[in-house]
Amino acid sequence: MVDIPEHLLLRSAEARAKALGITVEQALAEMKGESSPTVVDDEPEVIEVELSAPPKAETPAPAPAAEEVKAETPAPVETPAAEEVKAETPAPAPAKAPAAAKTDTPEEVDFAPEVKVTQRLLTVVKAKPIQKATSEPVDKVNTWPHLMLPEFISLMAMMAFLILLSAILQAPLLEEANPNITPNPAKAPWYFLGLQEALSYWDPQIAGVMIPLVIGLIGFAAIPYIDRNKENNPSKRKYAIMMYTFFLAGAGTLTIIGVLFRGPGWNWTYPWIDGIWFDDLLDWIYFE
Amino acid sequence: MAKLTLKERFKKGAAGSGDAVRGSKFATSIFRPGSPFRKGYSDSPRNRSYVVMNNVLYHLHPVKVKRHGVRLSYTLCLGGMSFFLFIVLTITGIWLMFYFRPTEMAYADIQALQTSVAFGSLVRNMHRWGAHLMVLVVFLHMSRVFYHGAYKAPREFNWVIGVILLFLTLFLSFTGYLLPWDQLAIWAVTVGGNMASYTPVFGAQIKFGLFAGLEATTATLLRFYVLHVLFFPFIIVIFMAIHFWRVRKDGGISGPL
Ligand code: HEM
Repeated sequence: MVDIPEHLLLRSAEARAKALGITVEQALAEMKGESSPTVVDDEPEVIEVELSAPPKAETPAPAPAAEEVKAETPAPVETPAAEEVKAETPAPAPAKAPAAAKTDTPEEVDFAPEVKVTQRLLTVVKAKPIQKATSEPVDKVNTWPHLMLPEFISLMAMMAFLILLSAILQAPLLEEANPNITPNPAKAPWYFLGLQEALSYWDPQIAGVMIPLVIGLIGFAAIPYIDRNKENNPSKRKYAIMMYTFFLAGAGTLTIIGVLFRGPGWNWTYPWIDGIWFDDLLDWIYFE
Repeated sequence: MAKLTLKERFKKGAAGSGDAVRGSKFATSIFRPGSPFRKGYSDSPRNRSYVVMNNVLYHLHPVKVKRHGVRLSYTLCLGGMSFFLFIVLTITGIWLMFYFRPTEMAYADIQALQTSVAFGSLVRNMHRWGAHLMVLVVFLHMSRVFYHGAYKAPREFNWVIGVILLFLTLFLSFTGYLLPWDQLAIWAVTVGGNMASYTPVFGAQIKFGLFAGLEATTATLLRFYVLHVLFFPFIIVIFMAIHFWRVRKDGGISGPL
């Protein structure tokens, strides 16, 4: 015989004991084949006939009928027990046999279901899942290898690019810092040069602080709370895209002017005529 | 044994290395079950899950991701690149710290690094160009996120964290700019400090606090150094952790469009 886990065996023994009115130990012994089965064990067939009984089903049609019944009339107390018992003992006894079991004499069992109906079909409950999925299933793939491999490759490509760049472009190092010699022009790092350029047009209090702080930090952080449009399809958020593109174009233009087109005294110069006035870009090429 | 193609090798397990090594007690103590580097790894859905789940990577990536999210054309891997550049900058930066003193010696140290330390020039260049690249890549990442509308609910707050990350990246880059202590460094930082001094009401105090004095001196150098190697990296790592965590908690990558 297959090995049945102890706790399952015990549970079905309890169910059997309850159904037949015997002690658990006795039921257990019977199920293990150590003692002869209690006599009532023809019982289930009666019940099954009863349950599946449309008007007159004289033939005890055991297994398939039972299945049908289960589907139609949910009888929560008995099904789990019945199932287990069926699985483990050759002669099952569902919990719902008390009326018959009490009579104790199998010969008296009435095979005409009309007389001994203990259950009625009240309603048919449609089978529904007890859990409801709230989100749509999404098409997913394994992170390994579908995401991690491309990541690894981009990482290697970036590393190769950086090493190559560093091998051919020498980072600038001018003379030692000297507070007494002011270069003309004195330029900020490139990412602040758009700002420095703007500073030359407007009052410094506006350009130097209001723009980076108000527009930069607070304004940018507030974008998701200002833009209430829920769409993320580009064709449905043309205004937002237009604004950001304006910002990019503006910032880019100011930065390029600041880097390439401003010379001594912050005067306009042309890089192809007057040269580049941005030390970060000079001394670059590494001939070795 | 018949020769295996690369693909077959991959299916079978990690390429090359012998089973004796991969099955050794030492190797199995390092690589957790499901690692492709462990003996007996085979390409199965279960093992694919384990590769992530039984790995420190599980803190960054879920076992499965949306199919459209792995297309390189969606994220362009820009966020990942920002993070990777940060790692490279951390490693090269620590290496540079061995040769650098934030004092009057700073300039001489950089010169010595370039001329008499093996790979000194290369590593310095990597650190500098990598920093410029990181500013650029973070900015592009932000633009990518904007154009995808990826800041919309439920990702609003992650965008806010992102803006903080952008500013931290700029501060990191700016504080590092002073450290070579050459004319380029000191005057660029002076220009930046002057911009800060236009702050209404507190302008002068902010500049004084930033420069540790009225103008850029070696005291400023020390201050920027500490901010650059300790303070800002510390803060940015915390915000990055929150950023990555939120990407997952907000339901993974946004989209598809
Ligand atoms: C140090 C800087 C940053 C790092 C290391 C970083 C890293 C990442 C990573 C790895 C992702 C996953 C998706 C992807 O690769 O695109 C991501 C997503 C995201 N990032 Fe960043 N990021 C940084 C800065 C920013 C900035 C400046 C912003 C915006 C102002 C931002 C906003 C977002 C948002 C909203 C997402 C979710 C995007 C989506 O779901 O499609 N991040 N970030």
